Amino acid sequence: MTDLSQLYQQVILDHAKQRVGEGTLRAPSAHDRPAGFGSSHQVNPTCGDEITVEFGTATSTDPPLVWDGAGCSISMASASVASEMLLEQGVPGFRAAAPAFRELMHSRGRGEPDESLLGDAAAFQGVSKFPGRIKCALLAWVAFEDAIAQAETTKE
Amino acid sequence: MDPLETTRVRGDFPLLERTMNGRRLAYLDSGATAQKPTCVIDAEQDFLTRSNAAVHRGAHSLAVEATDAFEAGRSAMAGFVGAAVEEIVWTKNATESLNVVSYGFANASAGLGGSEAERFRVGPGDSIVVTEMEHHANLVPWQQLALRTGAELRWLPLTDDGFLDLTDLTEVVDASTRVLAFTHVSNVLGTVNDVPRLVERAREVGAFTVLDACQSAAHLPLDLRELDVDFAAFSGHKMLGPTGVGVLYGRKELLDALPPVLTGGSMITTVTMEESGFLPAPQRFEAGTQPVAQIVGLAAAVEYLSEIGMDVVAAHERAVGAAMLEGVASVPGVRILGPQDPAVRIGSVSFDVDGVHAHDVGQFLDAQGVAARVGHHCAQPLHRRYGITASTRASAAVYTDREDVDQFVAALRDVRPFFGLDRGTP
Repeated sequence: MTDLSQLYQQVILDHAKQRVGEGTLRAPSAHDRPAGFGSSHQVNPTCGDEITVEFGTATSTDPPLVWDGAGCSISMASASVASEMLLEQGVPGFRAAAPAFRELMHSRGRGEPDESLLGDAAAFQGVSKFPGRIKCALLAWVAFEDAIAQAETTKE
Repeated sequence: MDPLETTRVRGDFPLLERTMNGRRLAYLDSGATAQKPTCVIDAEQDFLTRSNAAVHRGAHSLAVEATDAFEAGRSAMAGFVGAAVEEIVWTKNATESLNVVSYGFANASAGLGGSEAERFRVGPGDSIVVTEMEHHANLVPWQQLALRTGAELRWLPLTDDGFLDLTDLTEVVDASTRVLAFTHVSNVLGTVNDVPRLVERAREVGAFTVLDACQSAAHLPLDLRELDVDFAAFSGHKMLGPTGVGVLYGRKELLDALPPVLTGGSMITTVTMEESGFLPAPQRFEAGTQPVAQIVGLAAAVEYLSEIGMDVVAAHERAVGAAMLEGVASVPGVRILGPQDPAVRIGSVSFDVDGVHAHDVGQFLDAQGVAARVGHHCAQPLHRRYGITASTRASAAVYTDREDVDQFVAALRDVRPFFGLDRGTP
């Protein structure tokens, strides 16, 4: 497999197209935020990619998370994979995977992903060979970590 | 017939012989930084090997030799852009040049520089005008000046086809305008702006003009006197020279009155414990040790370009640019940003691939040996204007040839299919 096809694995291209969690932000105003709600906006200043994620429910019919972003296939697929993990495994599963994902990203192509822990996120292994793309892969994860932390501090 | 003899020119640039990812390197990122000819690399090395010494201080022979080389560089640059020698100020880069002007205005507005500097004062009720196509380097410093002084920041908008919209020029640039700062050539759109018209309007209202010449200095014949601007900024590394050196041009009488920003050694007349007097331009802006070896290298670069002739360079790049425009336009699902007519732009083409983010486009091109720029190119407002956050740019220089263009266009044709999108019909 070439470096390019390792980078753009089919799983990543699929997530970039069929994006889990992408939707319209609820964007409650600052004084109107329900308890247990967190929102985080992250920007990659080198390329202008950005994402806003919301975690926690404003009403009982709301999905537990939603995100909106503009960026490359790596950053959008990564947001989708992180969302899927949060929806399927909850915060504990995401929290267990996040450090492993970060470590994989900084492995310069030498990391061996733990697929049972990372699931689809293991497909991002090839990204770590491209230092310029690591930020793309981590953008949504940073945003979700931030939003979750906010949601936890506002719980009653 | 190739008046430039591109093959011979390419032989002067050793880096172009490299292969990249197993492919011939097609370097199409000269708008970000240009590759260096052997004469530039040699000039810098020769200076460090044989002539290195502190300039403008010390009486020994080596210091005299180094100072001569340093000042010969200034003369070469002055000749290259149609300026007087003392109108060329060395800076670190074009960004610093623009900040020296904007912070000079800020210093004058704070009362520094005495009555001579009163002409540069701006404050509440005044306006500073830029354009929507500016590189952040010619936008953010003016935002800062407005914040610092209470002046209003205004801008000339863009048309859908990538030109400055001058419909409301007389309303935007009016009697309140103190500064009109604009780029000669857009670093994204390639558009060559109508400098005479903008300068004429600024003169009518008594505003100073500041020209960002970063994307023109290496690509078009540049005569700053003829353009009649008050200040201009450009960088050495985009014009085949080393990094670490830029140029600020200013009319002599203005430079002599503008309060300096960087103060310290080498820029003073008399210093007491209480106060200091400043030298006239250009020394008043050259505090501290200068990038002497880089300046010697940059002088070799402008000599190299002058030997070829900037009219020949411009004609070559126009032909390369026309081929790039035609090639990009022939690829389905790709939108070119900026004018479609090669006669009104430089050989730099930015584009948006429908359904594929610029970062992914650049990554794919890289795998085919094509080095292009992706991202917002330090022009976020421009991208926002056209409804995108990023684009891909292929930019030419004197050494760019048809093979580069063909390799690039062939790779671009494969981008959408690689990402699972229709190849489409042209």
